[in-house]
Amino acid sequence: MEKEVKRFPVSHVIGFLASLALTFIAAVIALKTSLSFKAIMWIIGSLAVIQAGLQLFMFMHMTEGEDGKTNIINIAYGVFVAVVVVVGSVWVLTSGHAAH
Amino acid sequence: MGNIKWDEFFITGDPLILGAQVSIALTMLGVLFGLTYLKKWKWIWREWITTVDHKRIGIMYIIAAILMFFRGGIDGLLMKAQTSRPEMGLLSSQHYNEIFTTHGVIMILFMAMPFLIGLMNVVIPLQIGARDVAFPQLNALSFWLFFSGAMLFNISFVIGGSPDAGWTSYFPLAGKEFSPSIANNYYAIALQIAGIGTLMTGINFIVTILKMRTKGMTLMRMPMFTWTALVTSGIIVAAFPIFTVALALMKFDRLFGTHFFTVSSGGSDMLWANLFWLWGHPEVYIVALPAFGIFSEVIATFSRKQLFGYKSMVYATVGIALLSMVVWVHHFYTMGSGPGVNSFFSLTTMLIAVPTGIKIFNWLFTMRKGRIKLSSAMLWALAFIPTFTIGGVTGVMLAMGAADFQYHNTLFLVAHFHYVLIPGVVFAVFAGLYYWWPKMFGHMLNERLGKWHFWLFNIGFNVTFMPMFFLGLNGAVRRSYTYSAESGFAPLFLLSAIGSVILAAGFAVFCYNIYWSIRYADRNISSDPWDARTLEWATASPVQHYNFAKLPEVKSFDAFWQMKKNNEGLTLKDSEIEEIHMPSNSGQPFMMCVIFGVVGFFLVFEWFIPAAIASVGIIVGLIYRSFDYNDGYHIPVEEISKTESTWRNEKGEVHKHVG
Ligand code: HEM
Ligand SMILES: [Cu+2]
Repeated sequence: MEKEVKRFPVSHVIGFLASLALTFIAAVIALKTSLSFKAIMWIIGSLAVIQAGLQLFMFMHMTEGEDGKTNIINIAYGVFVAVVVVVGSVWVLTSGHAAH
Repeated sequence: MGNIKWDEFFITGDPLILGAQVSIALTMLGVLFGLTYLKKWKWIWREWITTVDHKRIGIMYIIAAILMFFRGGIDGLLMKAQTSRPEMGLLSSQHYNEIFTTHGVIMILFMAMPFLIGLMNVVIPLQIGARDVAFPQLNALSFWLFFSGAMLFNISFVIGGSPDAGWTSYFPLAGKEFSPSIANNYYAIALQIAGIGTLMTGINFIVTILKMRTKGMTLMRMPMFTWTALVTSGIIVAAFPIFTVALALMKFDRLFGTHFFTVSSGGSDMLWANLFWLWGHPEVYIVALPAFGIFSEVIATFSRKQLFGYKSMVYATVGIALLSMVVWVHHFYTMGSGPGVNSFFSLTTMLIAVPTGIKIFNWLFTMRKGRIKLSSAMLWALAFIPTFTIGGVTGVMLAMGAADFQYHNTLFLVAHFHYVLIPGVVFAVFAGLYYWWPKMFGHMLNERLGKWHFWLFNIGFNVTFMPMFFLGLNGAVRRSYTYSAESGFAPLFLLSAIGSVILAAGFAVFCYNIYWSIRYADRNISSDPWDARTLEWATASPVQHYNFAKLPEVKSFDAFWQMKKNNEGLTLKDSEIEEIHMPSNSGQPFMMCVIFGVVGFFLVFEWFIPAAIASVGIIVGLIYRSFDYNDGYHIPVEEISKTESTWRNEKGEVHKHVG
């Protein structure tokens, strides 16, 4: 415990700076470029996902402590279910003549 | 107020329903009178309604499930009677629709689910050597919300009318346009309330199993039933929210005129089918996996061998759970999503046969060279294997999208899923009841009556549903209340109806067995009557409310078996007894049951202002609970030592005998 308190929180600082950078890049791309709407959505969407992952690891201590492994399985499972529900539904409802 | 006409409030004009109304009224009067006459009101409030003890909650789940089995079974018999001859006039088409709808919903959500959750409640904390679940009061709330939803659903056929759009409640039929009466509101609202309870059970059991295991009980030493309960809870937490959302949207459509699932105005009726089965298929595995766990325990105990291929069994369970999330489209190949989608889902569906096959072989190898004891529990497990395999093989037939266009919507499908659900769930809960009954009540169920129950039920089951495969192949459609004499279906339908009478006789013997055993069975039995292997048998029967005076320490798989074999940890010295901290009872979950029931009832009838007023009660309940600082109580050492001395022998040993 003692040690952790004194150590300079390198990972926190990196995480913080990286989050700031990602946010600004997203803002600049959305406001200052003339890319197509679709491209902008894809880029800032990807940046958001990267940032969410970054925060989970850097700030929310997902991998630390006795429950580290459980947390990772948890998140992975959650992502899996969310992707199945959303991507799966879109795929099923927009293909074949179900779409018409 | 709303759009119900008062003269339609009570359903009238049908002699069957009148009979039901009279018998419901009489039963309720009988119960009220009985409780008052026997002066049991205090007792039932203190010992049952307010209990947070996982074993009692489990028993209440099981009692409710047996009652619901009875109700759903009567529905089944009525349908079989109606189709026993061509052009029968017992039920009208509308009444038939209502009956298969309530039958399906009740059997799956109010019979199979609570039966298995009840057994999980009784057994899981004991198997992992814990004193209760992680959140005992939440557990009671889970039960009472399930109960609230179940009762709300059940009154539908006497008050306001039963849902009639099938247990799948597909749009556009289930929407306001084609089902304008309030009947289908019952479906949306009752299932919503019960679903909240189920979701909380899932969370509770995940935390319990991950966090409350006794010393030495690593994940890979957990009994198979505990493993399946963990994985099932995981599926519940993943799948039930999908249903919750779909039901909420259904409610908006029906109650407030939104257009999520309507055909016009930008809605998509197929979105309902899609969301329903995104939940509905995993739901099948939510009920099947714990059943597999029960069979694993029973087969190992009565073969007197360790479960074969334990690790592969665990991986197969997890594999089934993941696969179960990606097969849902096999329920609506005919919707027309095209060859790409249908091929993908045919493939994933057929893949499920692989882990399931692994399990079947593991059970067979467990029995190989074992000293098999044909107790009633074991008989159910043995019969499960061939019958479930029939269900599985026909399932693979249905899994092929192209072939399914032939089977879809026929009685072939109805026969298939009864061959999966009855061996896979009903046989399992019967096996579980015969096996754990002494643990719950301190006496056995009668084995002789058990054999009668087993044979009648099994023969009846096969005679009922085997003909339906052939009827389906000949073109008999499901959900059809009648058929013509020229169709040539009559002989098989009649055979099937006769089978259902035999099936019912089996169930009657089961009920009689419970009655007989409560009255006459020997109370002086060992706490480990089957010479079993897991920790629930390491304590008294019926289990004392704190479960274990001293928490057991686990050194290997089949912990109790090893303890008996090595003669370790079976004794308890007075000096080892310490005070035990237990949670206090609470009346709040029951209050929530009543309030949710009232709110649900108002919403069903679309009386929004009373519903809004009543739902203040829910919020008050939540606030009250947040300020509830009751930390439970301590059981003093003297009391524990007194309780323990009533069932251990002089040296403080539990019964042991390993051959
Ligand atoms: C105990 C004896 C049982 C009998 C005699 C029975 C009989 C029937 C019959 C005749 C149907 C309707 C066939 C049609 O479409 O016309 C049906 C449907 C159904 N049964 Fe059973 N059943 C029994 C047990 C069960 C059990 C234990 C479950 C579930 C755990 C179950 C779940 C269902 C479901 C989900 C449907 C479909 C309802 C619908 O079409 O919406 N049944 N059953
Ligand atoms: Cu399915």
